[in-house]
Amino acid sequence: MASLAPTFGRGAMTNSWNDIKNADVVLIMGGNAAEAHPCGFKWVTEAKANNGAKLIVVDPRFTRSAAVSDLYAPIRPGTDIAFLSGVMRYLLGNGKIHQEYVKAYTNASYIVKEGFKFEDGLFAGYDESKKNYVDRSTWDYEFDEQGMAKVDETLQNPRCALNLLKAHVERYTPEMVERICGTPKDKFRKVCELIATTANGERSMTSLYALGWTQHTTGAQNIRSMAMIQLLLGNMGIPGGGVNALRGHSNVQGITDLALLSTSTPGYLVLPSERETTFADYMKARAFKPIRPGQTSFWQNYGKFFVSQQKALFGTAATKDNDWAYHYLPKFDTAYDVLKIIDMMAGGQMNGLFCQGLNVMMAGPNKTKIHQGLSKLKWLVVIDPLQTETARFWENHGEFNDADPKAIQTEVFQLPATAYAEDEGSYTNSSRVIQWHWKAVDGPGESRGDIEVIADLHSRLRALYKKDGGAFPDPIINTSWAYAEPAHPEPVELLKELNGYALEDLPDPADPTKVMLKAGQLLPGFGVMRDDGKTSGGCWIYTGVYTEAGNMAMRRDASDPTGLGIHPNWGFSWPANRRILYNRASADPSGKAWSERKKYITWNGSRWVGGDVPDYAPTVAPDKAVGPFIMNQEGTARLFSRTAMTDGPFPEHYEPMDAYIANPLHPKVTTNPVVRVFAADAKSFGTPDKFPIVATSYRLAEHFHYWTKNVHDNAVVQPEMFVEMGERLARAKGIRNGDWVEVSSQRGMIKAKASVSKRFRPIMVDGKPCDVIGLPIHFGFVGLARKSYPVNTLTPPVGDASTNTPEFKAFLVDVKKTTPPAQPAVA
Amino acid sequence: MAVTRRQFMKVSAAGLAASSVGALGFMGAGEGLAAGVRPFRLEKATETRNTCPYCAVACGVLIYSSTDGTKDGKAKVVHIEGDSDNPINRGTLCARGAASLGFANSPNRLQYPMHRKPGSDKFERVTWDFAMERISRLAKEDRDKNFIARNRDGATVNRWTSTGFLAGSSCSNEAGYLTYKAMRSMGILALENQARI
Repeated sequence: MASLAPTFGRGAMTNSWNDIKNADVVLIMGGNAAEAHPCGFKWVTEAKANNGAKLIVVDPRFTRSAAVSDLYAPIRPGTDIAFLSGVMRYLLGNGKIHQEYVKAYTNASYIVKEGFKFEDGLFAGYDESKKNYVDRSTWDYEFDEQGMAKVDETLQNPRCALNLLKAHVERYTPEMVERICGTPKDKFRKVCELIATTANGERSMTSLYALGWTQHTTGAQNIRSMAMIQLLLGNMGIPGGGVNALRGHSNVQGITDLALLSTSTPGYLVLPSERETTFADYMKARAFKPIRPGQTSFWQNYGKFFVSQQKALFGTAATKDNDWAYHYLPKFDTAYDVLKIIDMMAGGQMNGLFCQGLNVMMAGPNKTKIHQGLSKLKWLVVIDPLQTETARFWENHGEFNDADPKAIQTEVFQLPATAYAEDEGSYTNSSRVIQWHWKAVDGPGESRGDIEVIADLHSRLRALYKKDGGAFPDPIINTSWAYAEPAHPEPVELLKELNGYALEDLPDPADPTKVMLKAGQLLPGFGVMRDDGKTSGGCWIYTGVYTEAGNMAMRRDASDPTGLGIHPNWGFSWPANRRILYNRASADPSGKAWSERKKYITWNGSRWVGGDVPDYAPTVAPDKAVGPFIMNQEGTARLFSRTAMTDGPFPEHYEPMDAYIANPLHPKVTTNPVVRVFAADAKSFGTPDKFPIVATSYRLAEHFHYWTKNVHDNAVVQPEMFVEMGERLARAKGIRNGDWVEVSSQRGMIKAKASVSKRFRPIMVDGKPCDVIGLPIHFGFVGLARKSYPVNTLTPPVGDASTNTPEFKAFLVDVKKTTPPAQPAVA
Repeated sequence: MAVTRRQFMKVSAAGLAASSVGALGFMGAGEGLAAGVRPFRLEKATETRNTCPYCAVACGVLIYSSTDGTKDGKAKVVHIEGDSDNPINRGTLCARGAASLGFANSPNRLQYPMHRKPGSDKFERVTWDFAMERISRLAKEDRDKNFIARNRDGATVNRWTSTGFLAGSSCSNEAGYLTYKAMRSMGILALENQARI
């Protein structure tokens, strides 16, 4: 998500599951939808069967997605940017871009500041001692006296974003792509040619990706590379196009929207940092004035969303006089992502931890370090429907978890939570559709809903702080908790609070003598939100989900008037029930569809019309030249991302931290130069002399993360951990199918059975054959499946430079034949 | 017209008796077949619309629950299938979703609050009240001791960084929002979820 917002303005899957059927080309890279998202993959099948679509799969392994593809290309794990930059080079060098779209709807023509440069693997402003870009002032446009970005419509200026991009990707020749990625030149060329067939407005390509792109030290830039390709092709905002993140958990989109993230607040607002000491400081940095004439720059409404949110959180305690309770919010000094939390635990800087359905012992990187961290906590609270490795980290499971309970002083609580069948509420799916679900049965035993557990905890703390006082009790005591039953807030009460209310009578802007909304009424949309405390709303992008007309998430009208798979009355799709984001870009600058085949939203002479909600002011005429990317200050999407990404305005190939080769582009800067490495982890990375094999982790069709090893049927069909390896490597190591093998990395060792397959074949990297092995992630020491060593025993404790999503997809190992593990002490 | 599946089977079987089978001289076979049709096992089950708990395709599912055969009289999930009305999955489920009955009823579902004392090698059952009271006290003790009202520059920061909260990505939006509210009001910064891992 941290790559889509800097490019397009919003960080979310741009199109919908159903819309995939409109694609002419489907590119699956950085994911394996056929096995990880089978029912979403159905729409790929639909596109192939009924729209003549071609499927391209680029993956280190010949996956089941690859098995039904029209074109498969192998790639070495962790080299996607080299591949995609090569694609950009092909498109730019062969005139295979959608010229008019690129000129009108991207920042291609914007002139970049004089001092900006890229040399020897580094962008301007790098400080070697701080391992960071300390001066990013040149990562920006030239501005005129009015504060408008300078552009050269003729695209002649060598400092136009497009020309800088051309120069940047020039190094990624097919030969260089082959050398880095191991993808044979002819295969690579075929992929480029097929992708290029969509650069015309007549045909579209959709990109489907998942953790295969995010779980890298260059994760966000992997996705940005594809976002840029889709802009060059003109594939954003149109049916069958888009950059589509296929997300992992049933409500990971919703939980992200609601900002269970260390430096965010709901609706992608930003938590204040400690440098923003006053509300005025905070707002000054968020004026979001347009930087091109006449642009929308929708984030100019930031204050309205923020103040309405503070009213939802703190009610009457948030007033104009106290800057809407600005100081009730904590101010951050640094991001507290999961890797940071693990490092703090291991360093003894954390005393308590709650794990609400997040099995950190399995989901975090470097199991040994996580175990150390949990062992140093004073207390751990696990709230989960299932048995987890996290709740039982202190238990001895033989060599699979060789813990000494006597030595571990952590006090542990394991609280039984209900699951989906046992509560009601809404989930937001990968494509932003909020759907309600109803309760079927009570949970097992004494299990309780997450709402009830949190409400109980808050109520007790509130009572304790009221009675005994303590450190800054104000925000706890004054948190708005106006639920009919404070210990049991109803999900509908909470969804209404998220939507927001008019807190006073709101006058009609067209006729101030009339009342538009009465005090206490639900807001119809975020357009009526105010920054004077007269409206509330917990998450502005969700406003419209529960209006005076009812709970829109409950809507179950599956009709699809256009036949394009929009289903406008099924649930509610944020924002404002839009199904395809940036859909104004489906029409040319004059408001006509680029082609009859891809017609979606057009101008009818007085307004924008079509089967979806226009992502645009409904009556602003095309001649006003307002850009389709209304969230961005430019009104256009960004090929050059200014300072939005920590590791550069253009993507660049860097090797994974366990580097298989010295970076052929710039051997002195082999790995991502701004990756955060904690002092404790300085010696955690492996080298190819000791660990000459590339490993990647993956998911099986039969399992869901670490849950379904607790489910009988799944545990029967995929009962235990294995290591998938190609025939060449197996032969070289004297390993046969079913033999026990030891896989070791700089972090640790696991044992598992070998599965020798034709799905992995050696690829030629930098002139030498490279073997890749695959490790399914699902197995651990708790569950109905056989006990196994967790994969994260092997993975490095490092994450993406922008998001700190841990590297699970490219690391170095060695493999040898071994003996079976001993029986664990605890059955 | 509301026709249950069982009625449909009976009508079909009766029709069968009156038509081809009857015509072939197997009189009575249809009635015999109709009498032999077992009651449709979901006939008395309650149907509830829900969403698959696994990935973010968010397939619609129909959950069938029943009190039949349960010892405590509590309704139990007896069957799960794809919701054919849902436009996203049109009734399909994958290998995981199709087996999700086993998740709802897994023997590894947690039943009771459990407590593990420092240095102990076992969990012991406790009451909710004991657990929540103890957790609240531990949290307050840590917050009161380690809360940072001002940073070194004297700026108001009101943060509590010695306790963290890892949120579930399969909790509902409503649970997630309430979690956000409760945790931020305490000044917790180490608040994260699956999105970035």
